[in-house]
Amino acid sequence: MLCAPAVIAMLLVTAYPIGYAIVLSLQNLDLRFPDQTSWAGLSNYGTVLSSSLWWQDVLNTVIISAISVALELVLGMAIALVMHRAIFGRGIVRTAVLIPYGIVTVVAAFAWQFAFLSSDTGFVNPLFGIHVNWFSGHWTSLLVIIMAEVWKTTPFMALLLLAGLTTIDAGLYEAAKVDGASAVQRFFRITLPLMRPAILVALLFRTLDAFRIFDNIFIMTRGAQNTESVSILGYNQLISRVNLGLGSAVSVLIFIAVLIIAFAFVRLLGVRMAEGRPGG
Amino acid sequence: MRRGSREYASWSIGIALVLAFALVPVLWILSLSLKTPESVTDGSFIPHHWTFDNYNALFQGGFSNGPFLHPLVNSIAIALIATAIAITFAAFAAYAIARLDFPGKTAILAGALAIAMFPAISTVGPLFDMWRSIGLYNTYLGLIIPYLTFSLPLAIYVLVAFYREIPWDLEQAAQVDGATPLQAFRKVILPLAAPGTFTAAILVFIFCWNDFLFAITLTSSNASRTVPAALAFFTGPSQFTAPTGNIAAAAVIITIPIIIFVMIFQRRIVAGLTAGAVKG
Repeated sequence: MLCAPAVIAMLLVTAYPIGYAIVLSLQNLDLRFPDQTSWAGLSNYGTVLSSSLWWQDVLNTVIISAISVALELVLGMAIALVMHRAIFGRGIVRTAVLIPYGIVTVVAAFAWQFAFLSSDTGFVNPLFGIHVNWFSGHWTSLLVIIMAEVWKTTPFMALLLLAGLTTIDAGLYEAAKVDGASAVQRFFRITLPLMRPAILVALLFRTLDAFRIFDNIFIMTRGAQNTESVSILGYNQLISRVNLGLGSAVSVLIFIAVLIIAFAFVRLLGVRMAEGRPGG
Repeated sequence: MRRGSREYASWSIGIALVLAFALVPVLWILSLSLKTPESVTDGSFIPHHWTFDNYNALFQGGFSNGPFLHPLVNSIAIALIATAIAITFAAFAAYAIARLDFPGKTAILAGALAIAMFPAISTVGPLFDMWRSIGLYNTYLGLIIPYLTFSLPLAIYVLVAFYREIPWDLEQAAQVDGATPLQAFRKVILPLAAPGTFTAAILVFIFCWNDFLFAITLTSSNASRTVPAALAFFTGPSQFTAPTGNIAAAAVIITIPIIIFVMIFQRRIVAGLTAGAVKG
């Protein structure tokens, strides 16, 4: 079978580890005290779900995901329209937009952190003549994290939306123009409805991706000022505290959350497909 | 469109905004990397005193004692090896999916899609534990395996999209004309499949080059740490100087290959990204 190597390689690091994570999550397993390993039943899940830290981190992750994906959709749509309609400079715009997509996330995170650091190296405060200590507050830290996330991933959104835009028949716009529809009307009555499948696919990919946010937060705040995401929490439990039992419970819960988000989107998409919409 | 017309002006503004959005953080980190330690905190966008000291410092101590050269070699080697293996596996699988009819075909595509959405953090704990017990912790292979897993879905989707466009009948035509099966494959199919394969390789390379989560969790020293992970552990030349300039210089160096890829292959990258995501 030609597919065998690919299938084995994909399962080796997903299906098996997630099974193993479930097993680990049912144990009291702390690598600092390996002798005290024992079966714990569901108590690790109880510990995680009853801790305020977990819920704070879930809230942070949801806030970051929701705001950044919403901003990306708006900005990405604007960029896609510029790229689609631009009669000149298309190559330059495409190159420029691909740079944030391709750049290493850690590098992007440092760039944004250094830009906003108030007393140290930033240019943002001097530029606007303000003295905000961005990384000393919960909301300002989250704001910078969201901006970095939006900058890095909007190009991906824009490219997916651009692909959706190119599938729309230009004749529709001509007809609407003849009928006297304004540019705004054309956008809301033609572009948006026809792009619904492309938008949903883009939202699905980006929401799941944003929910796993790790690199930006690790570099910029390491979770200080209550900016931990669930992935950071998992990392702290697993790697910093080597508490494999609790950490695995966090991992499994994240996995379940991702499943729920994916199912919600697939249902939305499925409904549209059943209605026979093109694309998607 | 005429120069000087209102439409021309508004598109120019749109393009300029997109360019500024994409490039300012990159230019900022470039500017920081060229500043002296005394002026790195001045918040000015253009360095007053230009210096390459930050770059020189990275390479002091060479391969074994320097902070940067060993991780750079690791990054290049790991990304190249993982890309080569991933593309080989994915090419076999994509060839089978695009050309042959077999049971389980949709299951493989659905599985690949599921893995593309899989939260990597959920596998980190089990892999950390497994790799430590079988000796893969802090090795090249220990990173290459998860990179394979998480880049295969992307590679398979992109390759299937490209391979479906290939007119496979040409192969039979060549054989009718007296070519051996091997010749038909090498002289007819390979040149047609190469651009798509190359596109997939670029995307996989960018993915491996970018990874941070596995790089910090599955390594413990510069023996196998890649640059993004090494960056997070950079320390200044002395305890009292922040490593800002050095981080910026290292960031610029690992951004250069991305910018080269993007400038040369922008069309292909866009085609690959949208083929993999929308047609899936």
